[in-house]
Amino acid sequence: MLDGLRRLGQATLRWLNRLGHATLFLLGLLRALGALSRRPGLIVRQLYALGVLSLPIIAMSGLFVGMVLGLQGYANLVDFGATSTLGTVVALSLVRELGPVLAALLYAARAGSALTAEIGLMKATEQLACMQMMAVDPFARVFAPRFVAGFLAMPLLAGIFTAIGILGGYFVAVQQLGVDSGAFWSQMQAVVGLVDDVLYGVVIKSVAFGWVANWIAVFEGYDAMPTSEGISLATTRTVVNTALVVLALDFVLTALFFGV
Amino acid sequence: MPTAPPSGNDPSTVAPLVRVRGLSFRRGDRIIFQNVDLDIPRGKVTAIMGPSGAGKTTLLRLIGGQIRPDAGRIEVDGLCVHELGRRELYQLRKRMSMLFQSGALFTDLSVFENVAFPLREHTRLPENLLRILVLMKLEAVGLRGARDLMPSELSGGMARRAALARAIALDPMMILYDEPFSGQDPITMGVLLKLIRTLNDALGLTSIIVSHDVKETASIADYIYLITDGAVVDHGEPQTLEHSPSAWVDQFLHALPDGPMSFHYPAPAYAQELALAEEARRA
Repeated sequence: MLDGLRRLGQATLRWLNRLGHATLFLLGLLRALGALSRRPGLIVRQLYALGVLSLPIIAMSGLFVGMVLGLQGYANLVDFGATSTLGTVVALSLVRELGPVLAALLYAARAGSALTAEIGLMKATEQLACMQMMAVDPFARVFAPRFVAGFLAMPLLAGIFTAIGILGGYFVAVQQLGVDSGAFWSQMQAVVGLVDDVLYGVVIKSVAFGWVANWIAVFEGYDAMPTSEGISLATTRTVVNTALVVLALDFVLTALFFGV
Repeated sequence: MPTAPPSGNDPSTVAPLVRVRGLSFRRGDRIIFQNVDLDIPRGKVTAIMGPSGAGKTTLLRLIGGQIRPDAGRIEVDGLCVHELGRRELYQLRKRMSMLFQSGALFTDLSVFENVAFPLREHTRLPENLLRILVLMKLEAVGLRGARDLMPSELSGGMARRAALARAIALDPMMILYDEPFSGQDPITMGVLLKLIRTLNDALGLTSIIVSHDVKETASIADYIYLITDGAVVDHGEPQTLEHSPSAWVDQFLHALPDGPMSFHYPAPAYAQELALAEEARRA
């Protein structure tokens, strides 16, 4: 019993210690933003690596998720003769929840894990130490550009995921199942609000998810043990922790914006 | 162990570039350095040698300000490294370079861009001038023709040379070499030895080489410090150390299997441990 309590206490202290370390790291990132603002090229390069190269998986996933929503929605709504609301169902599901959440999870799997592995390997091969010995701050040169680029890419990727998802739903509902095209779009236009749904849903959620996903990914790389096993563990932690934090944060934001 | 500044420069007129006094450093319970004094003279090649795990690389990291000592002072060009603020430390580091054991080339940049990296970060040179400077540095290490290769396309020796070209890009006053010869074939080792000596003399550098390749390092060093068990065991010019009365120095410099340095890592008595194991098996 006492052993269990002691272990629990130790684990809590370790977790708090790590959280403090991660917070200090975040402050380091924010401090480096000034220097980074003079070198936008570093962000653009990372936007390509993290954002543009994530587009195929985001677009394909968005398409399939939208198509599945169209199919499932039709199968349920057809019994009530309410297929004209299918556009609204697809759009609200994507804009409020699935767009930002799934885009963040996919981003963590594709770009977040790559970020962690890249920074962890730079640490293991002494590239970061070498940079410091050359009087180059890795926060300004390596960590902050990746963090900012990922943070900027996340809402764009979530927006693209959502838009392609709606097109996927339209394709299945209208082109394949014969739902009326006018009803599909007009119902969606009438119900989905720019502020209530798009801003509070896809925009704010993806901004919040982008912040935590990139913070976790960059920190885990920085904090990785400089060994193959250490980098492997850090990469796993990035994906698992990002998924958990994104889902928990999604609940909090949903309760805040859409709770009764 | 108190040390006199190495010969070669008149100690009364030329202050050492690196001055270490009363250095103590430990990792956990393990003492790495205990009250160590040493001086690195300007314009010379100084070797710091000792067995694996003696703290040679740690000493370089302490001199470079990457880690802080538990006690004592480390001065580089009159500045106490561990008392400097971040900005001052980075200013000092612009005047010193370090060649890492792995080379530590940036794997996403070509050889040319690796050498250009410190110039791009710290200067506002026009592109044509930067190109000329980089080609000069690469020519100095014999890799001008390899400028477009990526680090993954280089052999170990070429990677060290490319890293050396990058290390001299900003014309530093001092270069710290961390095991520059480890894992190199004899020809590459010869090339690196010649390069280190030539660059030191031609550019007026101060070089500190950390190594346990005794013969090779001694062949180009002006002065040698031998460290083990957290202390400087002996120091002097290579020829002087050859005749050191210390049994440890004799064992280390001549690679003798028997001597004060034990083959075994500290452990309980062998017979006692075997007897305990036997008892445990019976129980």
